[in-house]
Amino acid sequence: MKRKRTSRIPVSAPTLTRNDFKSDQDVRWCPSCGDYSILAQTQRTLPELGIPKENIVFISGIGCSSRFPYYMNTYGFHTIHGRAPTIASGVKMANPDLSVWVITGDGDALSIGGNHFIHLMRRNFDINVLLFNNRIYGLTKGQYSPTSERGQKMYQSTPLRSLDTPFNPISLALASGATFVARSVDIHSDHLRPMLKAAFEHKGTSFIEIYQNCHIFNDDTFELQREKEYKTDHTVLLEHGEPLVFGAEHDKGIRLNGFQPEVVDLTDGEHTVYDLIVHDQHAEDTTLANFLAGMSDTPDMPHPMGIFRSVQHPCYENLMTNQIRTATEQMGEGDLDALLHDGETWTVS
Amino acid sequence: MRKPVEQIEAATILFAGDSGDGSQTIGTQMTETTALIGNDVATLPDYPAEIRAPAGSTAGVSGFQLHFSSEQIHTPGDLCDVLVAMNPAALKVHLHKLKPNGILIVNTDNFARRNLRLAGYEEDPLESDALTKYQVFGVELTRLTRKALETTDLTTSEIDRCKNFFALGMILWLYNRPMEYTMKWIKAKYAKRPQYIEPNILALRAGNTYCDMTEQFAVSYDVKPAPFEPGTYRNIEGNMATVLGLIAASHQSGLPLVYGSYPITPASDILHGLAKYRNFGVITMQMEDEIAAVGVAIGAAFSGALGVTGSSGPGLALKAEAINLAMIAELPIVVCNIQRAGPSTGMPTKTEQSDLLQMFYGRNGESPIPIVASSRPFDCFEAVYEACRIAVKYRTPVIFLSDLYIAMGAEPWKIPELSELPEIKPNFTTSAGPSDEFEPYLRDPETLARPWAKPGTPGLEHRIGGLEKSDVTGHVSYDPENHEKMVEIRAEKVARIANDIPPTEVFGAQAGEILLLGWGGTFGALRTTAENYVAEGLPIGHVHLRHLNPFPNDLGDILKRFKKILIPELNSGQLLQLIRATYLIDAIGFNKVQGQPFHVFELHAKIDEILKKIEHL
Repeated sequence: MKRKRTSRIPVSAPTLTRNDFKSDQDVRWCPSCGDYSILAQTQRTLPELGIPKENIVFISGIGCSSRFPYYMNTYGFHTIHGRAPTIASGVKMANPDLSVWVITGDGDALSIGGNHFIHLMRRNFDINVLLFNNRIYGLTKGQYSPTSERGQKMYQSTPLRSLDTPFNPISLALASGATFVARSVDIHSDHLRPMLKAAFEHKGTSFIEIYQNCHIFNDDTFELQREKEYKTDHTVLLEHGEPLVFGAEHDKGIRLNGFQPEVVDLTDGEHTVYDLIVHDQHAEDTTLANFLAGMSDTPDMPHPMGIFRSVQHPCYENLMTNQIRTATEQMGEGDLDALLHDGETWTVS
Repeated sequence: MRKPVEQIEAATILFAGDSGDGSQTIGTQMTETTALIGNDVATLPDYPAEIRAPAGSTAGVSGFQLHFSSEQIHTPGDLCDVLVAMNPAALKVHLHKLKPNGILIVNTDNFARRNLRLAGYEEDPLESDALTKYQVFGVELTRLTRKALETTDLTTSEIDRCKNFFALGMILWLYNRPMEYTMKWIKAKYAKRPQYIEPNILALRAGNTYCDMTEQFAVSYDVKPAPFEPGTYRNIEGNMATVLGLIAASHQSGLPLVYGSYPITPASDILHGLAKYRNFGVITMQMEDEIAAVGVAIGAAFSGALGVTGSSGPGLALKAEAINLAMIAELPIVVCNIQRAGPSTGMPTKTEQSDLLQMFYGRNGESPIPIVASSRPFDCFEAVYEACRIAVKYRTPVIFLSDLYIAMGAEPWKIPELSELPEIKPNFTTSAGPSDEFEPYLRDPETLARPWAKPGTPGLEHRIGGLEKSDVTGHVSYDPENHEKMVEIRAEKVARIANDIPPTEVFGAQAGEILLLGWGGTFGALRTTAENYVAEGLPIGHVHLRHLNPFPNDLGDILKRFKKILIPELNSGQLLQLIRATYLIDAIGFNKVQGQPFHVFELHAKIDEILKKIEHL
């Protein structure tokens, strides 16, 4: 169930195209960086949203992904490392009519900005957060990030392999109370665009983890989920109300075995689609979403793609606006002179 | 027969007890009453960091000092005429502040062996000769309060919590103050728990009657109203004045106020104060940390609101990177620093003015930021309003400095007329201009301020950020000459604010032997000192700086007119360094870093020493 935000559509919305969202700045990511595709899909999606581009604000932190706002011909603010959620919160609170997008990476959002990230999720401003996850620090040349796999790869800062257990961004967002949580892949444009649109249409904080390839420092970290020849066996598309079926021949599925999702063979004569988990993205309870989130941490399980969770909760900015309205109704519109004279006063003549 | 009343000019009273004893409450009530009957009054709360330190220990002593007078005063007083000590610990901590022959009122019921031991007394000071140089009034405050309230329905522990009002009743009698204001306050305070109204009033009356009836107290005192300029007055604390100043700036500029904050002593009361005024459109956001708090202020400013954050020194350390972002992005925000004793966590409930250099220099790169400091509780209103004016006009973060001493201190304030408040005009840019291409760093030729274009304005879509930017266009630039030029422009923009501030007021001698140069919460002690010397006809002047960056244009000339420049500060000499570096003069520092304000007598001693040296030259 998707809700259109009709209030944002001006009476005579001009018809915009992808080119209207390109800025005059040269894009300076490395050749074949996954960011190019995300930029292109975003520029293609925005004209479909029916809002004037002056109402759109892109806010980023620091990192390769955070150069994104410079390339968008909208309002934009390239801020400081990890703090984009706080600045975006201020932008949205001061003007709830704006469509606010946070562009961040795995280091920016989950390491230096980890605290802001979880609090942004729980406050539920109507903000869209795109986390470009490439499991590496690219701009600083290849240090391991909070989503890098433990011990599996050599990184500049850990020649003897990394010791940290990675974060699962989807699990973290769910645990923080996020109301819209999704995952997509940089080059899967036909999947990414609808995800961007769904994030926009969701009223509340929308979080999309985007698997993104860093060609230079962490090439092919998501090879199994990105590449055509592997992805059908290594990803499973989440569709509301549908069983979790995957595989090139739709021959495999996910069922729950106790508390553990497991892959079953639909061609072995023992299992049918009726054994499988049926996705419910609108479930208020996050148990199912958490099971699904955990799959990407489990070896040999396909990574779910799509919307893990989409539920309607009140937005912070609306609650605040309501407080202001109620206070104004009860106390009357603020009278500065009366306020200055509040309490006991005396007059000297 | 009515007891005699003696006219005096001024008095200083210190209420002290356990932090749960209600000293702050009765101190505030005494202040309210005293202000309302027309005295000038200044206060100094002094309380522990622990909410409830172990009962009876010296760590848990909470004090409230107030000074009131029939003349204009500027400080809560050096030494006290009256000390009300609710227990031995309070006596131990505060006795040194009582003048010789001063009045000492003690609750003798609390002087049992256990309390004495907790306070570290080996023997009972009431029975030794330790107190012979004071007028000691031992009062069985606990027993008398219980007796007065024995007919009420309260439990004994509830009754014991009323004994602070018994003490207040005594002090109101001693200084001939009416009880009506306190009674009115009690009724309002306990409107939702009416069972406490009558007992507290009974305790108040009992204390008052006790003094009147017993022979212990033979004489009471009266302090006539002080001369005040005509006008309407109220009593105000520094943090409340800051709250009102921010709301006034929002109201007068038409910019919605967005205040991001994280709880910290002594700045939290600004958050509490602002949170009450949603009907003024005030948005307060208690954020996850100090960085988020300044982040929302910056975001709000980008959206076209008045973004403000407030904290104290440790919080400012965390905010530094974000303030620098606002500096290079040239967005108007106001950052309130209510200073407390540092370094690190330091002494959170004690005052100091040791963050000045942090505010000047505590950011990477060349980062000039205007700094405005308030000098006394009511001045917080004007000073924070001025900070907002500068921020909006020059599109820059501005630091507003206050400190615990003035934030928590209270004094009468002549409420300003709204028409007297300076104009704050946001002047949002609404169209791209002649070139048809919006240039976010094309500056006003006079102020060097850049345009402020709100998201939502068609045709002005633009990108800003923390990277160095090209002059005029704002595009990212690594060009060497451009970087130097931008550094110079940002410095020049702040320097030009000096053309936009009033001439410096020199109190007392306009030229002569010594100029007392100060800033911030030391105003009261410095002005009182200067007044004393001026009254003796000595050529001593006093300048108290509101604008610390940039300094006023006329300051250099003023400094040259005096033989010696004395800069008293509650730090190790921070303004001193800046003045020496800026004006190449051999200014003298006078420094105290004890978490306590200056006493006037300390300043006298220093000035006398300098005067003596000058004579001997």
